[in-house]
Amino acid sequence: MVAYLDHAASTPVRPEALAAYTAALAHAGNPSSVHRHGQTARAQVEEAREHLASVLGCEPIEVIFTSGGTESINLAIVGLYRAAVESNPARNRIVVPEAEHHATLDTVLWLQQHEGAVIDWIPVDEHGRIRMDALEATVQREPHTIALVTLLWANNEVGTIQPIDEVAALAAEHLVPLHIDAVSAFGHVSLNFAQLRTESGAVGGSGLVALSISGHKFGSVPGVGALVVSRQAHLEPLIHGGGQQRGLRSGTLDAPAIVSMSTAALVVQKTHEVEHSRLSALRDATILRIQELIPEAVLSGDRATRLDNNVNFTFPGCQSDSLLFLLDAHGVSVSTGSACQAGVAQPSHVLLAMGHDERGASSALRITLGHTTTQAEIDEFLAALPEAVDRARRAGTTA
Amino acid sequence: MRVLAAMSGGVDSAVAAARAVEAGHDVVGVHLALSRMPGTLRTGARGCCTIEDSMDAQRAATMLGIPYYVWDFSERFKSDVVDDFIAEYQAGRTPNPCMRCNEKIKFAALMEKAIALGFDAVCTGHYANVVPDAQGNLELHRASAWAKDQSYVLGVLTSDQLAHAMFPLGDTPSKDLIRAEAAERGLSVAQKPDSHDICFIPDGDTRGWLADKVGISEGDIVDTEGTKLGTHEGTPGFTIGQRKGLHIGTPAPDGQPRFVLEIRPKTNTVVVGPKEALDITEIAGTSYTWCGLAPENPEQEFVVEVQIRAHADPVPAIAQLVGGELVVRPTTPLNSVAAGQTAVLYVDTRVLGQFTIARTVSDLNVVATA
Repeated sequence: MVAYLDHAASTPVRPEALAAYTAALAHAGNPSSVHRHGQTARAQVEEAREHLASVLGCEPIEVIFTSGGTESINLAIVGLYRAAVESNPARNRIVVPEAEHHATLDTVLWLQQHEGAVIDWIPVDEHGRIRMDALEATVQREPHTIALVTLLWANNEVGTIQPIDEVAALAAEHLVPLHIDAVSAFGHVSLNFAQLRTESGAVGGSGLVALSISGHKFGSVPGVGALVVSRQAHLEPLIHGGGQQRGLRSGTLDAPAIVSMSTAALVVQKTHEVEHSRLSALRDATILRIQELIPEAVLSGDRATRLDNNVNFTFPGCQSDSLLFLLDAHGVSVSTGSACQAGVAQPSHVLLAMGHDERGASSALRITLGHTTTQAEIDEFLAALPEAVDRARRAGTTA
Repeated sequence: MRVLAAMSGGVDSAVAAARAVEAGHDVVGVHLALSRMPGTLRTGARGCCTIEDSMDAQRAATMLGIPYYVWDFSERFKSDVVDDFIAEYQAGRTPNPCMRCNEKIKFAALMEKAIALGFDAVCTGHYANVVPDAQGNLELHRASAWAKDQSYVLGVLTSDQLAHAMFPLGDTPSKDLIRAEAAERGLSVAQKPDSHDICFIPDGDTRGWLADKVGISEGDIVDTEGTKLGTHEGTPGFTIGQRKGLHIGTPAPDGQPRFVLEIRPKTNTVVVGPKEALDITEIAGTSYTWCGLAPENPEQEFVVEVQIRAHADPVPAIAQLVGGELVVRPTTPLNSVAAGQTAVLYVDTRVLGQFTIARTVSDLNVVATA
């Protein structure tokens, strides 16, 4: 018996998305070609764009297909930053919380080192929730010098959902462009781009203007993602060439992957309500059982305002990589949640930002659920956990 | 047995793991991350510690069909090996970081963690043999091919460590055969160059690296009487026995060349003298371990062979434990011995033990300590 409980890393391809992918692969033709083969391919892409736009609550023209979450985030951050600086060189501040994904952190640090960006770091509280008081103070201070605000809708490691409505309203009020990284959130929260824009009072190229998603996080084939870019946003492209997709992302469109992603998104939309309550119940039961089995284990992230598929505990006295190894030996795949460098689990920067010391930040396990998760898999994990914790504790934390 | 194969990304450890698999063991590959900021690509003669090496190790593990993990020992490596290396140099000694890594990391931190996690043995690509004596006590012996023998750097292992160590390459006649075997097994590392340098000094410039870490300043070059003969630009660049690069203007009274006899970082002094003063007739130290069973009565003189470098020839010697200090007198003088070096004692092919040289006595009765 194996248990795959690392859906936040990548969730299995949904059967519908796989079928749509293989069917689309059978077509020859470049979506940019003018002949009928090209037109067929183009039709696949545009139909997929419409489907995805309907799910995301935006206009089809606002969907820019990319190679995945990291590219979407890079395009949003670098694109918004460069457009802002080009319009006004003094507009070089990037406002970003400390517990973001590396796709964001490394991108803003790169802009700091190479293009003169000034980073305003926003702290998070002990649950990983963004400190709204700090964000308000930062955004209110000379908002016309801010190129963009970027943040996660929900933290990918500890699952805490951010007060996105408040952030969007704040950005709109001060006429600051906002990008939301919804890679971990999409499929697990109710999300509507236009509604959020309207209700937050966004106008023109400010307020919520961009939102990133990644296909393989919700059941598409991997290697495809999207950036929603408001038609009023000012954003420079990173990839130049044939001028596809509003000139914001040149390059031949991967029609089969795009079709696969839009199919997965439609399934997500159709099943969201039922799946949300199923996963929430599984998540809550899992949290309770872990607390019963390992009373010293500490839940990370907000208890209530968290993703329906996220469970994250620290296990005092254990090292994550020992736990991971021992559970893997039992066929249970979980994650430390933190980024890897050459396969080494680093202390989680998210847990560090939440106030853990290095040892605590190296003792976390992230268990994430998804559309294929069964109670039997959870039971398999829970059965293996106590012995793994016991052994990991004996192996110590000194290495 | 449940075996943890330490895989550096090199050909030796890959073939060692392959042989462990073939012997029917339940093998898991582990790559040790020794730096928090690993380089991306291999450079120079480095054979581990970059992301490329980690990927090589992973590919080998995949080819062998075994699970593979990277374990982070960077903190331990920094404190027990790198910082120790710097401190030893600063104290005027010449440390062997590979030995320290075996002592503190591979056969200590890694082995302890492996055992705690349920493994029975740690397998490495070292060329050495662990064999039981008639009573079943484990002994460490030189590899069958002396040219590749690495028992010297394993001299620090104790009985407990030998009991959990596995060296599948110990009986291989040559490295070429290992490469051929790797190629036959389809391992992409078959032709990967050997590593030579200290892994944390990738460009091989130990002098520059040390100068960068400890800083260097001008100091005196003196003779054995303490008379100043010249000036040097910093002690880290000197090695015992060095003749060139001293730049001493005045010749020695006897007209003979002078050699570096001793380095004293505390006073930033380099001591020079005649070649004969490099002929060491006695070495001693209090920091010793026995590899396997200890000699029955070490307070009585016993016959050994002593080896003071990884690839030096062993020299017959008389050893004796005198008041807690292990004293070894080679029958022919040893050349260019530096305090801090490890002396490994052998009886025939068996490793008897080792100690860190703290004191040397030369043919001219010059005593050097550090």
